[in-house]
Amino acid sequence: MLLINCPYCEDDRPELEFANAGEAHIHRPKDMADMSDEAFEAMFFIRDNPKGVILERWRHAHGCGRFFNAVRHTVSDKFLKTYMAGEPRPSDDEITELMK
Amino acid sequence: MAKPAIALRHTPTEGHNFANGVVSVSTAAPASRISLRATPLGANSFGKSLGLDLPKKPSGSAAKGGKFALWLGPDEWLIIDEKNQDISLVPKTASTQLSAVDISHRNAAYFISGNGAENTLNAACPRNLSLSEFPVGSATRTIFGKAEVVLYRTQNNTFRMEFWRSFTPYVWGLLLDAARDSNN
Ligand SMILES: [Zn+2]
Repeated sequence: MLLINCPYCEDDRPELEFANAGEAHIHRPKDMADMSDEAFEAMFFIRDNPKGVILERWRHAHGCGRFFNAVRHTVSDKFLKTYMAGEPRPSDDEITELMK
Repeated sequence: MAKPAIALRHTPTEGHNFANGVVSVSTAAPASRISLRATPLGANSFGKSLGLDLPKKPSGSAAKGGKFALWLGPDEWLIIDEKNQDISLVPKTASTQLSAVDISHRNAAYFISGNGAENTLNAACPRNLSLSEFPVGSATRTIFGKAEVVLYRTQNNTFRMEFWRSFTPYVWGLLLDAARDSNN
């Protein structure tokens, strides 16, 4: 079983306690009504599906209940890093470092 | 004259008891329970009125005189008062700092006790419940099979398991199977 480190519980917890909640760091503009259809579509529907590193939201649904973000490798399923919601996206350099 | 109808309240776990050489499962008595969501300020004031310092550390708990406060999340606690049945712990005055909901009758609970207690729980709970990882006084929300539960280790070999009362047939069935297997 996959163990996922919850930044709020400060501990590794079994994957069955967690729920994936889609791509992280999606910027949702305040003035959505003013967006072009194309820009809205890109923001609202279009998501990355990389073979490699992905930044995702996860929820510790059957634990502390908190949403947090994770850097996960989609091939190995390895969680390279988890961090609290609201913290900045890790830089590309940091992600490269995490993959070593 | 019509006879007055009398509604009797039954706990869903009534009569559930099991024991073999290594593990026993028994029903916890009805208790008062509060689901508390609070800011740090609200948590402090609620703790004062309760006479307990609410735990701030993940998986922490505090206990005093039959009252328990279990850490469930950064702003969420499960408060249990074993002694005062049906006496509400809900604060008398409204506050923007906290939300305290009486869930006394939403939950039921079992005690799982004995040398086989860890094995019994681990039959359907993926958490590491060894004493070093989950020492006495630890509390956590987790899963038991498909049911969400709260586990609270009260002694080396004793766990209190809280769950929603409608899950009772499922939890009891699974627990019984696991308890029987833990004898092997
Ligand atoms: Zn957590």
